[in-house]
Amino acid sequence: MKHLLSMADLDRAEIEDLLDLADQFGEVLGRDIPKVPTLRGATVATLFFEASTRTRLSFERAAKALSADVMTFAPGTSSVTKGESLKDTALTVRAMGADLLVVRHEAAGAANRVASWVDCPVVNAGDGAHQHPTQGLLDCLTIRRRFGKLENLRIGIVGDIRNSRVARSNIDAFTALGAIVTLIAPPTLLPQDLTDFPVSVSYSLDDVLPDLDVVYLLRVQLERGSGPVFPSLHEYVERYGIDRRRLDALPPDAVVMHPGPMNRGVEITPEVADHPRSLILDQVSNGVATRMAVLFRLLSRASEEGRQ
Amino acid sequence: MPQLMDGADVRRAIRRIAHEISERHKGADNLVLVGIHTRGLPLAEAIAEAIAEFEHAKVPVGELDIGLYRDDIGHRPTARLGRTLMPIDLTDRTVVLVDDVLFTGRTIRAGLDAISDLGRPAAVELAVLVDRGHRQLPIRADYVGKNVPTSLEERVTVRVEAIDREQGVWIERTGE
Repeated sequence: MKHLLSMADLDRAEIEDLLDLADQFGEVLGRDIPKVPTLRGATVATLFFEASTRTRLSFERAAKALSADVMTFAPGTSSVTKGESLKDTALTVRAMGADLLVVRHEAAGAANRVASWVDCPVVNAGDGAHQHPTQGLLDCLTIRRRFGKLENLRIGIVGDIRNSRVARSNIDAFTALGAIVTLIAPPTLLPQDLTDFPVSVSYSLDDVLPDLDVVYLLRVQLERGSGPVFPSLHEYVERYGIDRRRLDALPPDAVVMHPGPMNRGVEITPEVADHPRSLILDQVSNGVATRMAVLFRLLSRASEEGRQ
Repeated sequence: MPQLMDGADVRRAIRRIAHEISERHKGADNLVLVGIHTRGLPLAEAIAEAIAEFEHAKVPVGELDIGLYRDDIGHRPTARLGRTLMPIDLTDRTVVLVDDVLFTGRTIRAGLDAISDLGRPAAVELAVLVDRGHRQLPIRADYVGKNVPTSLEERVTVRVEAIDREQGVWIERTGE
């Protein structure tokens, strides 16, 4: 693994290796002093060309828990406002001594382009509607910690599949580990061509709820234009929102997940979001351990190749 | 491959180390044995069992993986990490670190750093099955199963029953 750009870069053994490592890092994060000196001297740069709270903070927390230094970049206050290109920005940050770049960008393929320009590892932290691989990994970790495994678990992904990079990464990740995935959405929020996806599809959440172990809710992406494709938010909530009644329709051990940020009252009611069967905050804390595993694997490999 | 210690020799060395530890500390109170992955852990458990036989008290055994504290990350392929698990708070206790072979001292240096992140023990001591010399750091063992003069071209291999289904210490020449 030289970069982490897409879940498709990882085979099952590599995914499981990263999840095992993340379990070890979870132990580190639970200590009184949640920090190890492993990546002392390495510098991680976060290049986020698109808004983010949890992903950027999570990568920074992960880097710092491994004793790496962090350089951070926000387009609003940078030379991007003067027209500096993605390429020049990436090369500049690399030239300043960054050993690994974490890239988020609204354009699909942006992280792949950056990886072709720089001679250091690149992690894709979300590129348009394409991929968000660390989200897929942290969700697998969260499910594995709850159920012990993903093999044969029935996972329903609900909502705006068409515009969601989380859906793409998570379909790859869940199916790679043997889960049975159903996409649940109105036809207007599904990709036009589903032939490449090893999944089944349902338009009715209520039909499939009793057969799910995990309900994975996607955010209604009002800023990406989910709005006009269904008649009203009210109708979406009626058909695809999770409330107490739908929670009770699930099998007793089933759980609810959401990548955040939530639209409380749209995809999920506050009561369900804060319910013990909601794993939303577990996802957030597992995200730090997962990103520690990714940084550790990429940076220990990179310097190994550099020195031998 | 020439054998330095057979299974019975290893058992006797473990029993002697167990007696030395309880003699120095006048019993087993306030002790924690911490085995360094991989083969320090079963040795620590064996020492704890031996102490239990004559002190009638079970010394807690922790396990420590020093992978995250190595000073050669990037020089060598990263091995799988083991588990770090302390059954008890180390603060104000006497920790006896246990490893199979003491060589350069770098593993123990990493182990000391890892211990200090987990708590503040009253004291840390070191028990090893084999001391083969060639220290690169100012570190020495408090309890030694066997001192073995070696050359740098030799490799010392320890096998323990719990992991390898046989027990003993072997030495072989490498380098050619």
